[in-house]
Amino acid sequence: MVGGYLGPLAIIAIAVLPAALVAGVAGRLVRVSLLLTLPIAISVVLVTVFTRSGETVLFVIGPFDATLEGVDFAGQTLVRLFAISTSIGLFGLTTEPRSFVLDLERRGLSPRFAFVALATLEAVPAMVERAGVIAAAQRARGLDTEGSLRARLRGVLPLAGPVVLSSLTEVEERSLALEVRAFGRPGRRQLLWRIPDSGTQLVVRGLLLGALVGAIVLRMTGTFPALP
Amino acid sequence: MLELANATYRYAGYAKPVLRDVDLRLGDGEIVGLVGPNEAGKSTLCLVAAGLAPASIGGELKGTLTLDGTPATGMRTHDLAERVVIAFQNPNTQRSGIAATVFEEIALGPMNLGLPIAETVARARDAISRLRLEPIVERDPQRLSGGQAQLVAIASLLAMRPRHVILDEPTAQLDPAGTRLVGEALEALAEAGTSLLIAEHKTDLLDRLCHRVVLIDGGRIIRDGATADVLGDPSLEGLGVEPPARVRLARDMAAAGIGRGVIERALA
Repeated sequence: MVGGYLGPLAIIAIAVLPAALVAGVAGRLVRVSLLLTLPIAISVVLVTVFTRSGETVLFVIGPFDATLEGVDFAGQTLVRLFAISTSIGLFGLTTEPRSFVLDLERRGLSPRFAFVALATLEAVPAMVERAGVIAAAQRARGLDTEGSLRARLRGVLPLAGPVVLSSLTEVEERSLALEVRAFGRPGRRQLLWRIPDSGTQLVVRGLLLGALVGAIVLRMTGTFPALP
Repeated sequence: MLELANATYRYAGYAKPVLRDVDLRLGDGEIVGLVGPNEAGKSTLCLVAAGLAPASIGGELKGTLTLDGTPATGMRTHDLAERVVIAFQNPNTQRSGIAATVFEEIALGPMNLGLPIAETVARARDAISRLRLEPIVERDPQRLSGGQAQLVAIASLLAMRPRHVILDEPTAQLDPAGTRLVGEALEALAEAGTSLLIAEHKTDLLDRLCHRVVLIDGGRIIRDGATADVLGDPSLEGLGVEPPARVRLARDMAAAGIGRGVIERALA
């Protein structure tokens, strides 16, 4: 039973929290991770505590028994979820996406793939901005976008159409503009800067890789068991 | 030299050609203006002269495009990029979307060419200096005014150091100071031997810069001559092209009874 908690808690305590403290994002990380985990955690607790069969009944609500086995299962699932969300949250809070993708490109990722990844990140705020401009233009022509739910739904089409169409027409000109700047040229492009990569970081990466292998071994030997 | 010979172009899916029997020659160091009414075929001519039509956008081109004596037909777009570049009217669609700063945006072309870092940086700095963009080099390219974005788009092309530059309404979003900067940069390029084709509604800019002006209507070149002759053509206004201030002033002075010699001395 303890083994089911040990692995995820060890990841949080040994790998995630110290790194978050060093990066100065521990407080934000806990908040973000709780926010990420909370909706799933609520459903996990409700479903597993009351529906999982077991021998030790803790209490009864109507037709539902809350069993010790259900609580244990929910606990093990929650610490796993929290380990996953803190790991992802730590990555998101400490890694600038553009730097990450460009460093991957330096390490051999295709420039086209890097462009798609970065352009996708840029596309969302650009579309939101364009939607704002189009909404303002449509409102100026009398479209009701702030009234009742029905009025708002009626206003979706006159907004969505121009946003999507203008985005599509821009794609062609944007791709032409990139071609003019030799983006389609085969081979690697020159990158202007290199992300600092100290010896300490190299050592930490090695340790993390070792920990990953160790976790897999411990999982296979049953020290870190699967969910019951 | 950039040369279009007997070029007829139609877009994919359209039966009628947008350009018909166009002959156009840009000599080294020559600045040629392109004027005409809306839908005359100016932007299409720019795309064809840049080699992007039909290579990138499809359609059918009859006739030939020659760049410095080499036929451009069948040349891949990234090979074309080292010889001829084109700036479009809307600077926002020319932003790469992957550069964090204006400097990186301007350096993107040389980076794509795989040039050494020192050369890449030198080219970017030179383009920045020509358009006096030093105060905004650290800015996010997405957070620029229309005029600044236009200047950055042009600087991005200058950094490619092409032999031929096509500009489709390059100063559409620029104020007079920005227009003057672009004019000075283009003059410097021409002095270094680059040929330029500028499609522009601001005929004052063309009047100041161009060695020749070409008038296009209905997909055909209907006049090709010295700047003063074409921009002084009385039929220009009938085609929706406003003559430059110098021409309008001369006409007004003539209408007021001022002698030709006096007008010429006043406008010299």
